[in-house]
This record gives sequence, structure tokens and C-alpha cells, in this order.
Amino acid sequence: MTEQFAGPTQEPVQEPSQEATPGPDSGGWTGALRRRLFEALPPERLLPDTQPAYVASWAYVFGVLTLTAFLTVVATGAVLALKGAAWWHVSGTGHYVNSLHLWSVELFMTFMSVHLIAKFFMAAWRGKRAMTWITGVVALGCSAFTALTGYLIQQNFDSQWIATQAKDGLNSIGVGAYFNTMDFGQMIVWHVALLPLVVSVIVVWHILLVRRRGVVPPLPLPGSAPRHVSETAAEAEVSA
Amino acid sequence: MTSLATAPAPPRLALAPPVDLNGHGHYLHWGILQVSVANLVVVAVIAVAFVLALIVPFPRPRGRGGR
Repeated sequence: MTEQFAGPTQEPVQEPSQEATPGPDSGGWTGALRRRLFEALPPERLLPDTQPAYVASWAYVFGVLTLTAFLTVVATGAVLALKGAAWWHVSGTGHYVNSLHLWSVELFMTFMSVHLIAKFFMAAWRGKRAMTWITGVVALGCSAFTALTGYLIQQNFDSQWIATQAKDGLNSIGVGAYFNTMDFGQMIVWHVALLPLVVSVIVVWHILLVRRRGVVPPLPLPGSAPRHVSETAAEAEVSA
Repeated sequence: MTSLATAPAPPRLALAPPVDLNGHGHYLHWGILQVSVANLVVVAVIAVAFVLALIVPFPRPRGRGGR
């Protein structure tokens, strides 16, 4: 059909003006934060689908094993917190989940220890990875502290023994008034609310740093030419 | 209501722990050093896992050109 309608002249559709288009430096603090995040961690670096060839070694597996055990610890701990002590002390399912929580913690600390040893002998702080190393060590210390509070809230003779022993040590450094291992209420709040949050934040920080800098390459063999240590994930990918 | 003192003993499980965990702990002493056997076993397991991670070959993915 032929278009014969010639109605009133319509105003041309206004294209968005150039002034409304956000420029590279506009957007206020949210724009600046977005640009900085995308610069530090572009999506292909945040979720890579390939890794350098040297990562194909069991020595590089213990980091993700630690993370897997940590997620199991958090999941089982959340169930225990929701169901309560009367459940994990009495019911068979409660005993099972309680045991899962304990043994996933044992594996978490074991895997993290092997991960630490491997990274220490690999000098994993090379190539601007000092903060990655530091956050890993701090995560280990905070995890040990979280485990201590976990043993303190078992509500058995073992926890009473640990509480009285730890109380003497903490009093000797003058913090017993603020962190009383014999105060069950204080210890369960530390274990369930505060320390898991701290450990989670440090672990996420650690993983983001690993994604940003890439996995550290192994040390060169004795007698071989010194190897350039990549400082970014993309560079590590190319150099492998 | 059943009190803890009169609660029936739990039935024996088919999968009993290989080591009786209700007894006294066993400790080793070297001078000022003292370590429980349980903790020493865990440390040994960590050391063995580390050594195995270095020497056991990692399986190569198939069909991805080795990456």
C-alpha cells in the first residue's frame, strides 16, 4: 500500500546528545570504580578457560582443594548454626553433619598447609605477588583462630580443657579480658558470625589477586638462564 | 524425659573407628618438644602429600593439545 498519509510534520527523533554519553573519564566515583575494576580484572582474566602449561602439576592443585574444603566447611557450618546444638548433639543426621564439619576443617587445614609449603619453596611472592602471599598467610592464621573457637564450642570435656589452657596463654599476653575462651557465648559469636566473615573476605581477596597476577611460574632449574617472572595473568599465559 | 545419665548407650556401629578415640592420648617427647601421636601422623600425611604432589605425574587432558 502506498503511503499517502502526510500528516502533521513530526518532530525528528532526538538522538541522545553527545553530552549525555558517558565519556571515558565521567561517571563519578562509580564510573571510576567500574573502570578500575575492569582494568584490574577483565572478565577473561577473572574467569579464564586456559592456564599456563606449568599449572599441569599436582603441586598446583592444593589451592583449589583448599577452596573446595572451605566451601564445605561454610555449608556444613551454616546447617549446624540453623539447626542448633540440640540437633547436632542428639540426632544421627546432626552427628553426621557435625562430623562433616570437623573433617572438612581437617582437610581444609591439611590442604592449606601443603599449599603453603609448595608456594614457599616456589617463592610465590615473585612478580608483584607479595600481597597474594601475605593474604594467604593471613588466611591461614585467621583459619587457625577460627578453628580454635570451633573446638571451644564443642560443649564437651575436650573443649573445657582447651578453654582453660588457652585462657592462660591469652591472659599472659593481656587480652584475656577481651577474648575470654571460657565465655561460651562470646566464643560461639566469634566462631559463627565474626571469624567466618573475616576468613571469607581474605579468601576472596586472595583469589582475586591470584586471578589478577596469574599463577606463579616454577623456579628455574639450577644452571638454566634466569626466567622472566610474569606479573600479570595474561603475561603468564603467553610466557608458558 | 530421659536424662543424660540414664540415656541408653548408642548401638555399636558397623563402621567403628579403627583406633579407640575414647582412651588417653599418646604423646612423644624429645627434650622440650612434645607432640601427640595424632598430630604427628597429620604432619607426616602433609609431608607425604607434598612429596607425592612433586613426583606423581599429572594426567594430561585428552583432545585439548596438552593445555
